[in-house]
Amino acid sequence: MGITTMRLTRLRTSALLFVLLAGSLPAQVTYERLLHAAEEPQNWLIYSGTYLSQRYSTLAQITPANVKNLELQWMFQARSLEKFEATPLVVNGIMYTVQAPNDVVALDAATGRVFWMYRYTPSSDARPCCGRVNRGLAILGDTLFMGTIDAHLLAIDAKSGQVLWNVQPAGATAASGYAYAHAPLVIKDKVIMGVAGGEYGIRGFIAAFDAKTGKEVWRFNTVPHPGEPGNETWGGNSWQQGGASVWVTGSYDSDTNQTYWGIGNPGPDWNGDPRPGDNLYSCSVVALDADTGKLKWHYQFSPHNEYDYDSVQIPVLVEMEWQGRPRKLMIWANRNGFYYVIDRATGQFLMGKPFVQVNWANGFDEKGRPMPVPGKAPSKEGTLIMPGNQGGTNYYSPSYSPRTGLFYIPTWENTSSLYVKAEQEFTEGEQFGGGGPRGPVGPIGGRGTPYFGEESEGFGAVRALDAKTGEKKWDFKMPQVTEAGILTTASDVLFSGSRDGYVFALDARSGELLWRQTVGGPVQSTPITYTVGGRQYVSINAGNTTLVYALRQSQ
Amino acid sequence: MRDVIIGLFFILPGLAFAQHEFDAHDAVAGGQRFMNTCASCHGPDGNQVPGIDLGHGKFLHATTDAEVVQIILNGISGAGMPANKMTELQAYTIVAYLHYLAESASKNTATGDPARGKTVFEGKGGCLRCHRVMGQGSRLGPDLSEIGSVRRSVDLEKSIMDPDAEVAPSNRFVRVVTKAGVTVTGRLLNHDTFGVELIDAQENLRSFEKSDLREFTFLEHSPMPSFRGKLTDTELSDVVTYLTTLKGAN
Repeated sequence: MGITTMRLTRLRTSALLFVLLAGSLPAQVTYERLLHAAEEPQNWLIYSGTYLSQRYSTLAQITPANVKNLELQWMFQARSLEKFEATPLVVNGIMYTVQAPNDVVALDAATGRVFWMYRYTPSSDARPCCGRVNRGLAILGDTLFMGTIDAHLLAIDAKSGQVLWNVQPAGATAASGYAYAHAPLVIKDKVIMGVAGGEYGIRGFIAAFDAKTGKEVWRFNTVPHPGEPGNETWGGNSWQQGGASVWVTGSYDSDTNQTYWGIGNPGPDWNGDPRPGDNLYSCSVVALDADTGKLKWHYQFSPHNEYDYDSVQIPVLVEMEWQGRPRKLMIWANRNGFYYVIDRATGQFLMGKPFVQVNWANGFDEKGRPMPVPGKAPSKEGTLIMPGNQGGTNYYSPSYSPRTGLFYIPTWENTSSLYVKAEQEFTEGEQFGGGGPRGPVGPIGGRGTPYFGEESEGFGAVRALDAKTGEKKWDFKMPQVTEAGILTTASDVLFSGSRDGYVFALDARSGELLWRQTVGGPVQSTPITYTVGGRQYVSINAGNTTLVYALRQSQ
Repeated sequence: MRDVIIGLFFILPGLAFAQHEFDAHDAVAGGQRFMNTCASCHGPDGNQVPGIDLGHGKFLHATTDAEVVQIILNGISGAGMPANKMTELQAYTIVAYLHYLAESASKNTATGDPARGKTVFEGKGGCLRCHRVMGQGSRLGPDLSEIGSVRRSVDLEKSIMDPDAEVAPSNRFVRVVTKAGVTVTGRLLNHDTFGVELIDAQENLRSFEKSDLREFTFLEHSPMPSFRGKLTDTELSDVVTYLTTLKGAN
């Protein structure tokens, strides 16, 4: 075959490929594409990968055998010293990410070259308790969506970076402590967001907005107002400062049209005296009708919680055999230290089992309500509770691999806090904790500071549980606790990172270390994977930088 | 909080805002506010965030009371320190409380002779074999050049008599044994998922891959000997008094 003939053949092949791709893949990200995101693993269209939130990719070019050949392809250095918690989206070779607090960046996903950057200046009233951070974006059509730390929801043109609309939900002002921190979830034609601010005595809610206009379509109060079911679980007027914020993205089951969200702590955090009752829907998972926002069911992991055990984890949706038959389930490693299996259609509690050391509950009654250990309430002198205030895990994304049947959890093991309660009057816009955790609090460190901790004082791990039984299969230990999420792939490679400045790959079956690189900054987001031109990339943030790896190409 | 009230009998030095002089009651109010607003991250003693020790006047971003107040009010971008909604006066009460912590942290009740103490420290005690003071002595143990600013005399005495009673994490000693059978003991400088850094008895900075080690152990007992029965009461009092005079080069 002559050179000209070869070129023509290549051209024809490319043209055919283009036609095929154009025919099968709309340029815009339709709801249908979001619904079937697993079928286009070259992209990363939703915060947690797909609506099931497994953070599992069917890409398999990078394998346990060749992962050692990963090399850095490009970096994006954020012009921000805030924690880099954003998970990027990748759409047809374009990466969209958020430079903290709320600058949106569009990059070439193969080279890192910047197409555009939209800079947002939040109100000076914005005072998020725990970092001026953002965890990512959502996309529908040609429009990106982002929540801001001053509680605005923005629609941004994905091609130009121009703002299409900017709304603030009624009653949610930054001056009162409201904020948005998580990546939105788009379902059908709606953008769903929950408000953060649980440390400021806000009244939490989840709301859906029309993707075209930003108009609020429905709202579900995570602290029920008078007349709404659940308000009776707040003594007196305590609902008015109930907190119950949302700061991690939910999941969606299209079969039942239910969207699932984890809800944060009640306010005040560490003193339950002013808020007698179970304090619904704090520390719960709620299942909402995605069209109406109506509550379908709820399960409260930690009733009347006084340990700051936000249930702000990713609801991971799986199909696995349960007691002899396939069943649609939700698996959940909670900040309170227990691993749960729940029927996601009905909310039925199926199993709860500690996955780290726990001393505040003895188990569960037949309805799945935890049985608290007497004498463990916070006190003026301090009460030692395990896990500690940051929990057995927190907002860091776990991963579930349907190939291995293992659930991979960013874990804080053997941590404790001394919980001290204090009297506190509520003042709108001020922190409303009612005390706080005291040492020992487990190992605190990271960010380049020397670390001297012993394992007996707590440690971090990528912990693999058998999703069916909750039995620990293996640990990959880190001296410091971890804030890094986890990604698994169809080649049984697991990617994550550490607070002490490494990114690494493990064998998802055994936990064996396969590859590591020193990156010099804490990993506080979750890796993703995608392809451009048939080449698989892995992207992970460390420190203030996005690092993108691919296999070394032969010269 | 009751302990704070009892302890706050002194005049807070040099702390004034506009026409308001801060007194013990302000510091008590500041302590309450500190516990509700700051302690969940900084800890009750203000030393929970690495590199920051509010209770000993050690800040990364401020050198004056006014700067501390501005940080409390406006936060520090990129450092995880949020802005706080409160008045400037309320922020000053927190600073008053921090002054109280700093004063009580270095409270000196020692009545010995510091000059004699220095002689014992450098001579009979042999302390410079491990410790360093103003550029003199070994780097193996903790540098004591500023110890008088951060430890009370009662704590210093306790450390001399019972060194294992309380060892700061940054003063921990470890032993590593390589797979080749080489044993090295030293003060831990850092360790992470894959590595260990320490300073050995010859003051060499050493770095090890954990995968190359057969053993990595935190020493159960401090290498510092107890001086119980080795120093007279007068010598002990003199050494403690000498240490309380060590306030750093500045």
